[in-house]
Amino acid sequence: MRRFVIGSARSLIERSRQNYQSQRPLISSSYRLLSSTPAADSPSSSSSTMAPPVALNTINPKVIECEYAVRGEIVTLAQKLQEEIKTKPDAHPFEEILYCNIGNPQSLGQHPITFFREVLALCDHPTILDKSETQGLFSADSIERAWKILDQIPGRATGAYSHSQGIKGLRDTIAAGIEARDGFPADPNDIFLTDGASPAVHMMMQLLIRSEKDGILCPIPQYPLYSASIALHGGTLVPYYLDEATGWGLEVSELKKQLETSRSKGITVRALVVINPGNPTGQVLAEENQKAIVEFCKQEGLVLLADEVYQENVYVPEKKFHSFKKVSRSMGYGEKDLSLVSFQSVSKGYYGECGKRGGYMEVTGFGADVREQIYKVASVNLCSNISGQILASLVMSPPKVGDESYESYSAERDGILSSLARRAKTLEDAFNNLEGVTCNKAEGAMYLFPRIDLPEKAIKAAEAEKKAPDAYYCQRLLTATGIVVVPGSGFGQVPGTWHFRCTILPQEEKIPAIVTRLTDFHKSFMDEFRG
Amino acid sequence: MGLKALDYETLNENVKKVQYAVRGELYLRASELQKEGKKIIFTNVGNPHALGQKPLTFPRQVVALCQAPFLLDDPNVGLLFPADAIARAKHYLSLTSGGLGAYSDSRGIPGVRKEVAEFIERRDGYPSDPELIFLTDGASKGVMQILNCIIRGEGDGILVPVPQYPLYSATISLLGGSLVPYYLEETANWGLDVNNLRESVAQARFKGITVRAMVIINPGNPTGQCLSEANLREIINFCYQENLVLLGDEVYQQNIYQDERPFISARKVLMDMGPPISKEVQLVSFHTVSKGYWGECGQRGGYFEMTNLPPQTVDEIYKIASIALSPNVPAQIFMGLMVNPLKPGDISYEQFVRESQGILESLRRRARIMTDGFNSCKNVVCNFTEGAMYSFPQIRLPPKAMEAAKQAGKVPDVFYCLKLLEATGISTVPGSGFGQKEGVFHLRTTILPAEEDMPAIMSSFKKFNDEFMDQYEDNWNHSRM
Repeated sequence: MRRFVIGSARSLIERSRQNYQSQRPLISSSYRLLSSTPAADSPSSSSSTMAPPVALNTINPKVIECEYAVRGEIVTLAQKLQEEIKTKPDAHPFEEILYCNIGNPQSLGQHPITFFREVLALCDHPTILDKSETQGLFSADSIERAWKILDQIPGRATGAYSHSQGIKGLRDTIAAGIEARDGFPADPNDIFLTDGASPAVHMMMQLLIRSEKDGILCPIPQYPLYSASIALHGGTLVPYYLDEATGWGLEVSELKKQLETSRSKGITVRALVVINPGNPTGQVLAEENQKAIVEFCKQEGLVLLADEVYQENVYVPEKKFHSFKKVSRSMGYGEKDLSLVSFQSVSKGYYGECGKRGGYMEVTGFGADVREQIYKVASVNLCSNISGQILASLVMSPPKVGDESYESYSAERDGILSSLARRAKTLEDAFNNLEGVTCNKAEGAMYLFPRIDLPEKAIKAAEAEKKAPDAYYCQRLLTATGIVVVPGSGFGQVPGTWHFRCTILPQEEKIPAIVTRLTDFHKSFMDEFRG
Repeated sequence: MGLKALDYETLNENVKKVQYAVRGELYLRASELQKEGKKIIFTNVGNPHALGQKPLTFPRQVVALCQAPFLLDDPNVGLLFPADAIARAKHYLSLTSGGLGAYSDSRGIPGVRKEVAEFIERRDGYPSDPELIFLTDGASKGVMQILNCIIRGEGDGILVPVPQYPLYSATISLLGGSLVPYYLEETANWGLDVNNLRESVAQARFKGITVRAMVIINPGNPTGQCLSEANLREIINFCYQENLVLLGDEVYQQNIYQDERPFISARKVLMDMGPPISKEVQLVSFHTVSKGYWGECGQRGGYFEMTNLPPQTVDEIYKIASIALSPNVPAQIFMGLMVNPLKPGDISYEQFVRESQGILESLRRRARIMTDGFNSCKNVVCNFTEGAMYSFPQIRLPPKAMEAAKQAGKVPDVFYCLKLLEATGISTVPGSGFGQKEGVFHLRTTILPAEEDMPAIMSSFKKFNDEFMDQYEDNWNHSRM
C-alpha cells in the first residue's frame, strides 16, 4: 500500500512538473517563442528554429491517432499505379484499377434513379418549370413533385440556408415515410437532416463523449467511421465481437460481457452502436435478436445508435429489414423507455447517391433540454445542403403505384437490387472456392468480408515488410491484378484472423474477369507461400 | 436506473458551453411569432436568397444539367438551355468520377481544385498548388477541421477579433480550447491596432495559454471593415514574430462597397513580403459560394487553401477529410463555376454580368441606405459597411432601459432587440452574440432586404428606436464608449 502511495505521489509530481514546463509566463513579444512547441524529440525542435504552430508534433494528437482505412494506404498506392498506367499502359499486368474498397456505386457505373434526378434538376433550376418545353423533357409527376417541394421551401429559394434541422415540409415527408415503413408514427421534429449520415454520427459522439472514461460499444468488425469518430472526440471504443462462425451473429451475452469488463476498468459505457444490415459483415439481424438488443439497452441505460443506412439492401428472402424504432415500438417501448438514434443516408440502397451528401438521424427518447443542445450544435453549421435534403425526402417517399414514373422507377430499382443480389452470390461463391478462404454470405449491405488462412511463410514475409499480414495480401493482390480491397485490420477482427473487405459493386459484366484474376492471383500466392 | 446516458447532466460539457446567437434566442422568438402569423423580416443571418435575391441563372442551368445528364442526350435540350451551359455541364461531368452521385476525392474533384488554384493565381499574381486546396461542405466545415487540428486542449488559445462571427467562439468551445479576444477599434472604423493584439497575447500567456493561431475576418463580420495592405502586413509580421498560424476568413471578398480599400488577400500580401516571411508564416485561407454576389448558402460549398504547412500535416488533414468521404459534388461544381466564370463572347456572358453587377451595385446602395438610416436615429451611431453583408450599429441605451432589461432578466441588447422584434417584426442579432466592449451595445442586421423594402424598414426601425429612447431617456447618462 505504501509503495503504491509513493508511486502515485511520484507520478503526480512528475505530471505537475511537465505542466509547469509547458506553460511559460509573460515573455517579451519581440522574440520567436519556444512556448508554442512542447518539449518533444522531433528534429525541428533540436535546431534553433522552433516548430511552427501547425506541425506534426504540435497538432491535436487525437487527429494523429485516428485512422480510416477505407481511404487509407492501399488506396494511395492504387492511385499511384493508376497514374502510372495512364502514362505507360504496359507498366503493370492489368489495364485498369478496379476500386472495390469503397461503397461508391455510381463511380462504378451504377445509374442514378431517373425520377429522383428529374426532381432535383427542376429544383435546382425552377425557372424552367414555367416553360412549355419542360413538359417534353421531364415526366409529369417529377414536375408535380418539384412544385410540391418548392412550395415547402420559403420563397422557393433552394439557395437559402434552411431551418437547422432541415426544411419542415421535407421532414414531414420523411416522417410519413418512416411511418409507412414501420407502422408506427414519426415526429418531424425528431428528424435532423445532415450532409450524409456521417456528420450525424459525429454529432452524437460529440454529445456523448466527455472524456476517455466514456465508452461506446462498437461491433468488431465495424465500419471505421465509428473508431475514427470516437478517437477524434477523445472517447474509448469498447469492442464487442460478432461471431463469424454463426454468420456474424450478435450475441447479447457478448454485449453483457464487454460491458461488464469495461465498467470494471472504470469506463462509463454510454451507447451501443449496431450496424444493420452490417458493414463490413453484411448480416441482417433477426427480429428476436433486435428485441434482445433493445431490452439490453433499456436495462443498461445505453443510447442505441442504429446505423441503418443499408436498410434497402437485403438480398436474401429469409431475412427482412426491421428498423429498431419499429422493433422497440412493437415491444411497447416509447419515449420514456429507450433513447434511440436511427441513421439513414441517400448514399446506399438502390439510389447510391454518395456524392450528394444527404441523410438524417431520427432522435427519440431524449428530454427537451438535450434536444435543445442537439439543435444548438446543428445550428453552428447552419444547415445541410438543400439538394441533399430534397433527395432524402424522395428516398423516403418514392413514386407509388399509379404514378406516371412508377413503372420506370420500379424497373430501375429492381434491376439494381437484383443485380446486387446476384453479384453478392457470385463473389461469395468465388471466395469460398479459394484455398484457405471462407466467406460468410452477404445477406445485405454492399460488401463481402472473406477470411483468409494465411500460411506462416506469408505472415513472415509480411512482417519482413513491416506490414500487417492482411495488408500485405491486399497489396500483393493490387499489384498483381489492379483490384483494390481493404485489409480487415481496418475494420477490426479477432486477433490472429485475417480478412479483407471487397465491395459487390463493379458492374456485372466485369465480375467474371474479376473472379478469374482474383482466383489466379490467389492460387499463385498460395503456391508461393504454402508451407 | 439513475441518470440516463444522454440526460442533460451527462452531456459533454463543451457542448453545453457553445453559444451561437445567429440562430439563438432572437431567431427562435422570431420563428415563434412568425408561426403566430406576424410578418417577420429575418435579418439575422447572411442568407440573401431568403430575402428575395435571385440565384444567378447560368450556374443553376449548368448544375441542373449535371443532375440530369440524360437531358444532354435529348435533341430538344437546346430549347431550354443555352449552348455554353450545356458545354460547361459536360466539362464538369467529365471531371467527376461517375457524375454527381459518386463520392469524389476527399479533398474535392481534382479538376475543380485546379480551377480554384488558377483563380487564386489570377487574383493574386502568385501560383497556387491545387494539392493544397481542399473543398469542403461550406467554409464553416473547413474552419472546424483546421481548428480541430490546432486545438489540443484548453491550454491552446486562438486569437479572435471582437466583435466576431460566432462560428469561431462556438467551435473553440466545442473543441475545448481557449478564445483569446483582440478588440477592434469602433472609433477607428473597426480598425485593427497591433498594440491591442500584443496586449491580448501577453495577457493570455500570463494566464499560461499557448497562443497558436490568429483569426482575421476580411472583410469583417459583423463589422464590415476592409483591411488595408499596411494592416495586413502588420498582422503577418505579428504572426511571424509570435509564431502563429494565420487563419484568413475571406468569404466576403466579393462584397466591397468602397473604393479606398479594395480586397487584398492575405496570401498576396504574404507573398509580396518575400522570404523568409513568405516561406515561413503558416496561413490557411477560407472562401465560399454562400456570399459575394452568388449567395448560394444552401449549396454548402467552400474551400480552404494551405500555405507553408508541412506535408505531413497536410496528410493528416487529408486523413480527417477522408473520414467524411467527400464534400458534396453539386457544390463543388458551383465552386468551379464561381472561380472560373464566363468570359466576354460566351453566349450567357452578358446576362451573367448584368445579374452580378445588379446585385453588387444594389448591395452597395443598401449599405449606404442602412448606415445613413441608423445614423439618423436617436442614440444610434453606425460605422459604414465597407464590405460583407451586415450593419452593426451601436445603440446607446439609457440607464433606465438597462434597468428595465435587468428586471426582465435579459442582457440589455437582447432586451432591446426583443422589443424591436415585437414592435416591428425586424429580427436582428444582439451584439452580445458577437462580443463587444463592456457596457457598449450593438445589434447586427443584414443589408439584404430588397432595396424597395429598405426605406420602409429603416423608418419602421427609426420610429421604434426613437420612441424607445424617449421612453427610457434620463438626462444624458447613456451607455457610450
